[in-house]
Amino acid sequence: MLVIGERINGMFEAIGEAIKNKDPKPVREMAEKQLAGGADALDINVGTRVPKAERAAAMRWLIEVTREVTDKPLSIDNPSLETVRVGLQAATIKGRAIINSTTGQAEKLAAFMGLAHEFGAGIVGLSIDENGVAATIEGKLEIGMRTLAAATDAGVSIEDVYLDPIILPVNCDQKAPGIVIETIRQFRLLSDPAPHVVIGLSNLSQGATERSLINRVFLTMAIGAGLDASIHDPLDTELTNTMVTAEILLNKAIYSDSYLTAYLQGKA
Amino acid sequence: MTMLADAKEKWAGAVNTLTLGATAGEGGTRTSTVTVGGGTGVPFMRFDGATPHPPVVAIEIWDREPDDWPAALTAAWGKAVKSPADWARKAVEEAGADLICLKLAGTHPDTGDRSPAEAAAVVRSVLKAVGVPLVIWGCDSEAKDNEVLPSCSQAAAGERCLLGAATEDNYKTLVAACQADGHALIGLSPIDINIAKQVNILISEMGFPLDRIVMYQTTGALGYGLEYTYSIQERGRLAALGGDKMMAMPVICMVGQEAWRAKESKATTEEQPTWGDPALRGMLWELSTAVTLLQAGSDIMVMRHPQAALGLKDMIKRLVV
Repeated sequence: MLVIGERINGMFEAIGEAIKNKDPKPVREMAEKQLAGGADALDINVGTRVPKAERAAAMRWLIEVTREVTDKPLSIDNPSLETVRVGLQAATIKGRAIINSTTGQAEKLAAFMGLAHEFGAGIVGLSIDENGVAATIEGKLEIGMRTLAAATDAGVSIEDVYLDPIILPVNCDQKAPGIVIETIRQFRLLSDPAPHVVIGLSNLSQGATERSLINRVFLTMAIGAGLDASIHDPLDTELTNTMVTAEILLNKAIYSDSYLTAYLQGKA
Repeated sequence: MTMLADAKEKWAGAVNTLTLGATAGEGGTRTSTVTVGGGTGVPFMRFDGATPHPPVVAIEIWDREPDDWPAALTAAWGKAVKSPADWARKAVEEAGADLICLKLAGTHPDTGDRSPAEAAAVVRSVLKAVGVPLVIWGCDSEAKDNEVLPSCSQAAAGERCLLGAATEDNYKTLVAACQADGHALIGLSPIDINIAKQVNILISEMGFPLDRIVMYQTTGALGYGLEYTYSIQERGRLAALGGDKMMAMPVICMVGQEAWRAKESKATTEEQPTWGDPALRGMLWELSTAVTLLQAGSDIMVMRHPQAALGLKDMIKRLVV
């Protein structure tokens, strides 16, 4: 399971303030904390408080600071092609990067896949196109298929593609989680080797009261359906323990009495 | 015509690389060292991943003359079995041993009960006799091993030996000794992959580096549980290649010890007149067990018969060409 830590995000107050004041300490600390919590990669998102014209520079700064403490993959979380390019340049100085993300319109796919190929980066393909978020399994699969075709056309390996079925808040649409679970199952059948499937987990529980519980129950269901990457909060210990246990129960990792300890020790 | 790309398995992990033996420049007295592990694909599948360090062959010698080995086996060593130093020398010179595996059988309370000081003296004599690295194995009595192995560890301090074996219930003394004297350590688990992982975790929780652990998942001989050993080792190796750092240790197999316990190896011509020459039969039983286990992912093969050891070395050479 590829865990992409979500906490370096300008929407969180400490990181937002750090970006504003160019104070590297909170960013470095958050990177280190997430890695200690088992993150395999770190998502980097400047948030929406930074004025549009300054976002590329803010992205570069966040990545440079994060790169001081890790060479693990960084997920460049921004919709703008230019900002993503700046992020890729900074992130690939040491280590890999993942583009987060492209939507499924033909011209966007071509442009972002071109960037992924140029930088040898992974890429997240969202179930969104000119018609908005695809609400049905068929709609999500159709965009997923287009994404894989665009990857192949651009020379990007399928093993570098992460399809994201988009999970919406459960308090907005209670049918959506079930649709996402079935989509995950079918995404995995779209090619051989199967594409990775990723979700932005925390979105599911936006505005809900039992956030952590909702997140970990859904993550367990999604892993059962074939999810192999997740953008979430690695500081949520219960979530991490649940995820590791789900992988043990599905025989994706070898059991030992100290398997929870082993998960974190193995990352050190 | 379009050329299809080769279908390759991509692995995220690798087997840890471990060097045994320290030369004079490295604080020891060995004239050669042995490096194992480092594999990035299943064994010998060159098109998938590299096998930078092919499996190595250790020869098992004892600190006392074995009295329960089949005649065909002891005969192969002649008088050398009377002296660990002579035996070690012969194993290196005539059977091409990459390492010597010294089993301290004579320290067992039931078969000699030799003291820690006597065992340490044997270790020193073997170190003096040969320049290859040493595996030092206790007598399989936990209480006695806890007395003997720290002395032997100290006697070989700085030589970067491999000491065994730590178990789930008895590991602290040995881990501390290996930590202090710069040795590597064997973690033993009885054909149980979950316990194998647990032993590695327990050892590493004492601050012992993961890359100085070798796994011994116990060895089953041909006809006597070989397939269990095979599947456990194979699963462990696949987990290592999949990125499980708690399973990424090189693996040791006590091939000779197990193969020569089989009745097919031990039986004399009088007992089994139709089974063929016992000298050849036992040697081939050992060699067949070893060759099979190579495929499962094995790194240090501990052999007893000199011809089986030479045959195995030849086989490894042909597999990695």
